[in-house]
Amino acid sequence: MMNTVPISWYLVLSAVLFACGVTGFIIKRNIITIFMSIELMLNAVNLSFVAFAYQWKQLNGEVFVFFVMVVAAAEAAVGLAIIISVFRTRETLSVDKVDLLKL
Amino acid sequence: MTTNLHLWLIPLLPLAGAALNGLLGRGLSKRAVAIIGVGFPGAAFAWALVVASRFVALPFERIPYTEYILPWIAAGSFQANIAFYLDQLSLVMLLVVTGVGLLIHVYSVGYMEHEGGYYRFFAYLNLFMFFMLMLILADNYLLMFVGWEGVGLASYLLIGFFFLKQSAANAGKKAFIVNRVGDFGFLLGMFLLIRHFDSLNFADVFKAVSHYPVETAGAGLLTAISLLLMVGATGKSAQLPLYVWLPDAMEGPTPVSALIHAATMVTAGIYMIARSNPLFSRSPIALTVVAVIGCLTAIFAATIGMTQTDIKRVLAYSTISQLGYMFMACGVAAYSAGIFHLMTHAFFKALLFLCAGSVIHALSGEQDMRRMGGLRKQIPWTFWTMTAGTFAIAGFPPLAGFFSKDEILWKAWSTTALRSVAGPALNYTLWTLALLTAGLTSFYMFRLWFLTFFGEFRGGSADAHGHGDAHASHSPHESPGIMLGPLVLLAILSVFGGWAGVPHALGGSNRFDQFLAPVIQSSSEAMSAGQRAGEPQPEAAEEHAERNAELALTAASVGVAAIGFGFAWLFYFKRRDLPARVTAVLGGIYDTVRDKYYVDELYHALFVRPIVGISNFFWRDIDVGVIDATVNGAAHASQDVSDSLRRMQSGNIRSYAGWIATGAALVIVYMIWLGAR
Amino acid sequence: MNPITNTDYVTILPELVLAAFGLIVMLVEPFVTKGGSRKPLGYLACLGALASLAATWYQAGSPYTQGFFKMVLVDHFSVFFHVVIALVLFVALLGSLDYVERQHIRAGEFYALMLFGAVGMDLMSSATELVLIFIALEISSISTYILAGMRRRVAISAEASLKYFLLGSFATGFFLYGVSLMFGATGTTSILAIGPQLHAGGFNPLVFAAVALMFVGLGFKIASAPFHVWTPDVYEGAPAPVVAFMSTAPKAAAFAVLLRVLFAAWTPGWFWPVWISAALSMTLGNIGALRQTNIKRMLAYSSIAHAGYLLVAFAASKAADTAGISAAIFYTAAYAAMNVGAFLVISHLAGEGERFVAIDDYAGLSRRQPAVAASLALLLLSLIGIPATGGFFAKFYVFSAALQANLVGLTILGLINSGIAAYYYLRVIVVMYMREHPAEHEHGHGAERITIPEGVALTLSVLATLYLGIMPNRVLQLAIEAAKDLLR
Repeated sequence: MMNTVPISWYLVLSAVLFACGVTGFIIKRNIITIFMSIELMLNAVNLSFVAFAYQWKQLNGEVFVFFVMVVAAAEAAVGLAIIISVFRTRETLSVDKVDLLKL
Repeated sequence: MTTNLHLWLIPLLPLAGAALNGLLGRGLSKRAVAIIGVGFPGAAFAWALVVASRFVALPFERIPYTEYILPWIAAGSFQANIAFYLDQLSLVMLLVVTGVGLLIHVYSVGYMEHEGGYYRFFAYLNLFMFFMLMLILADNYLLMFVGWEGVGLASYLLIGFFFLKQSAANAGKKAFIVNRVGDFGFLLGMFLLIRHFDSLNFADVFKAVSHYPVETAGAGLLTAISLLLMVGATGKSAQLPLYVWLPDAMEGPTPVSALIHAATMVTAGIYMIARSNPLFSRSPIALTVVAVIGCLTAIFAATIGMTQTDIKRVLAYSTISQLGYMFMACGVAAYSAGIFHLMTHAFFKALLFLCAGSVIHALSGEQDMRRMGGLRKQIPWTFWTMTAGTFAIAGFPPLAGFFSKDEILWKAWSTTALRSVAGPALNYTLWTLALLTAGLTSFYMFRLWFLTFFGEFRGGSADAHGHGDAHASHSPHESPGIMLGPLVLLAILSVFGGWAGVPHALGGSNRFDQFLAPVIQSSSEAMSAGQRAGEPQPEAAEEHAERNAELALTAASVGVAAIGFGFAWLFYFKRRDLPARVTAVLGGIYDTVRDKYYVDELYHALFVRPIVGISNFFWRDIDVGVIDATVNGAAHASQDVSDSLRRMQSGNIRSYAGWIATGAALVIVYMIWLGAR
Repeated sequence: MNPITNTDYVTILPELVLAAFGLIVMLVEPFVTKGGSRKPLGYLACLGALASLAATWYQAGSPYTQGFFKMVLVDHFSVFFHVVIALVLFVALLGSLDYVERQHIRAGEFYALMLFGAVGMDLMSSATELVLIFIALEISSISTYILAGMRRRVAISAEASLKYFLLGSFATGFFLYGVSLMFGATGTTSILAIGPQLHAGGFNPLVFAAVALMFVGLGFKIASAPFHVWTPDVYEGAPAPVVAFMSTAPKAAAFAVLLRVLFAAWTPGWFWPVWISAALSMTLGNIGALRQTNIKRMLAYSSIAHAGYLLVAFAASKAADTAGISAAIFYTAAYAAMNVGAFLVISHLAGEGERFVAIDDYAGLSRRQPAVAASLALLLLSLIGIPATGGFFAKFYVFSAALQANLVGLTILGLINSGIAAYYYLRVIVVMYMREHPAEHEHGHGAERITIPEGVALTLSVLATLYLGIMPNRVLQLAIEAAKDLLR
């Protein structure tokens, strides 16, 4: 048996990446950066999918990753459109300034 | 032979009236609206009479008579149908509600003549009748609850009938919200019933309950259910501490006060307890709570009634107090006495409200008794009918109120239903307080009577100098015949209605009690089973002693009523300046002519002052200060919490994400801990 | 591998119909002359909703059919939710015909997105494969993200869209991570396979983390506390007919998914999170609504509270007992009926640019538009839970099931909450019926009479609310059937 990286390492890495994404979402002020944090979260999940697929010796996991990537792309397209529309009305990309709706 | 009673007609007729007036009334003439509005409840009453005549001819085994209308809901083994249930108890209620209701409808034709939204008023009034009749005829708790909420809703619509009047809107809202507290209990009680008996049908539940022993040892399931149902009744029947909505509800038109807040809707709670008597009778604890709440409410509201100056508010507190009597009657397991009082009270309180309405009508809207007086000559019909009502509620024999009140007092004295909870001391306390209430009732009612009808007319300061013919339109005028007719009929009922239940001690046979006996029977069996354990059956000699005791108590209650009358006479007729002086004294200002009123001062110090003080204490400190403040305080507190919660909603996406992430972290940590265990 | 057959296509027939109509609407739009009425597009979309209803009817003939390699399951459960979604879609579309004209919204995109969103929601309720559920969830979410920002030139609409989008994607990330962990723990993502797997081999600790993450993601979609924070802002900013749609249909679909994940797969450990979330949602929702002056915002908080009542039914569900689950299913239908109607009234009264959405703007409504006021009053009474309305029976079943499952605390809390709730709903009724119409915006406001499509939509939702309140048995039986199929 070749020395391989144990599966749990991948999972820990994936969890850390996911946590980075969550943290990034909360601490970053620029809408684009926040959006990238979401992408980071999705890719962390992709990593775990691949790792599990390897563990279970099933191709499903890899296939799921493609689906997730497609969905993420669609989300990105819509997201950027929304960000542009916000920028047009508010002329800012700081998320802290987008707070007309509150209380 | 199968007799079909077509019970469905009874609620449906008023509903049809409501629909007709509600949908088409705007385009109809007042006359047509009135004919529809009175005709349909009238037809319902007529049919109720037919039903009554057929019901008494029914063979014994067909009672209770049930009429299945529609399947409603079925979930698993639980089932509830739209079906009607007629036994002696619902028949009495049916006749009272349709009969008194019809009279009040007739009265409203005259009373509301000059108000806007005539058709809407009758539509709501008919709608109310529909729900009330559903409540009475329901064959299960769920359908009863539909009626229960429906009458609340109709009452809300009718209180708020004087739209655009902020106080009316608030009163309606208050009534609605306080009743939600009661519903809370009712619903929980129902859920417990479903859970343990898998049914809400009266017949099924009571049959299942009949195998349960009386919960003498401690609180059990039936106690819990009964207490929860009682919370519901407390809200609807305006008992402590949920009575607060009723005085405010007087903002509505007077016929509404008579119909809903005196004769019918507020008695729904009493009806519900009497209906559930197999449950309550098996729980002495619940009975005791009911009795104590009823008794306290009775005396509490009576003391407040003594100092009110608005004629309708006096009657409102009086209603609360009388409802307390009925509650107490149920609490001492004298359900038929409670229902008896419910019936006579419906007669005389509806009468009193309608008379008050007639007085208000005569004075073009004046409700303050300090600006009334001397009206007995101007409005003689109103005066005489109101006299009948006043003597009836005060408990003078042989008027209706005497018999029913006396029955309750006697049962409070003599019951053994509460023995497993408290000794005879409880009986004596209940009786004493109830007797005191009777005296107070007599006092405040005659105060109202004297202030309104005797002495000089104190209103109309505007035309004080040009007194008489020049201002004929402003001077008090008698109400039209269409309003006086119901007054006379109700006065007759108030005088003679009590003869249905003349007790044995007075040589009667208490037919009312016997009539209702089959409904209460199951519970009295439970009771006697409980009694048999500890107490011997009464011997013949004891029975004789009992009879004497009953007579003595009767004499006491009549005496107290007479004393109440005497004080009212002294204060508000003979020595009219006394009340003002009392007030002055309490204000700390002594009059110079003291020795002339030396006796009076003694009265003040020994009797009047404490009583007025107590009354004011109850009213200003407890009623306004504590209970209202609690209700309002709860509202304010939740609004404050609401405000601080709003800060969570900062509008900032990152802080929202923070909340979500925190929640997520908590869930994940908990679940991982659960998984690692 | 088996080829895809006709039966497979039948299992997604309503989705196919909706997608086809969505495409047609988009294709036809350029041919509608500029400046001309866009209403024909709307009617076409309505036709699509009805066609999907017919397709569902067709499906209902052969319940319990699996298709697409067991990824899609047509059973009573999916049929129930398909019907709810199709009806909500139909009513919301009818209600938005005039709104779209009034607010100058791009009609083709609007209607097409409504239809596409419904595709996703339909698929959510019939998918039995977690990845397919994820895709369906995204179809529905992305459509609603855009719909929320449909009033493009209005700052709050764009803001609502952005908030919904960012937080929604954030929550989706959690859900997807949960799916991944579930896959890791069981080696499958088919809900029907997960259940037996979980029961056979004991619980892998990963399963617990997976359930937690999926619950977070779905909790966001159903707006249950503490994942509800987005709701008031988004509902306030989004166009009113869109809120009518997105506060009911996607929620129903998300509840369907939650039911499948928790009960069809019979996953462990969710009881206390659901309990706490239910309690929090009811309390925060109702207390939050007390002081609102904007009616959209108030109803947003109310919808949080209703999510809480619904979760009570979840907490009340025990294995092999349909009481709690069927109560939850019934509740979604009743809630959809009353809420969609309430928001349609708001959309009707909002006026150009949605200027009139304060509760005070409803003063004297009973005089100006008696029928509209009466309808709104009835819907609000149903939201309170007064008998003879759908809202009453929905609450009744839920709390009855809760007490039978021994959830005494939650039942009492829920009943106290529905008492508090009466207060703020009633405020609107009082304003409508007992306050004089302020003179300053006499003209323009409310002068507009209700149009026929709006009237039909409102009538439908009022009738549905009454039907569920007076004759609830039929729908209840269907809900029980659905619950049985779910547990099969």
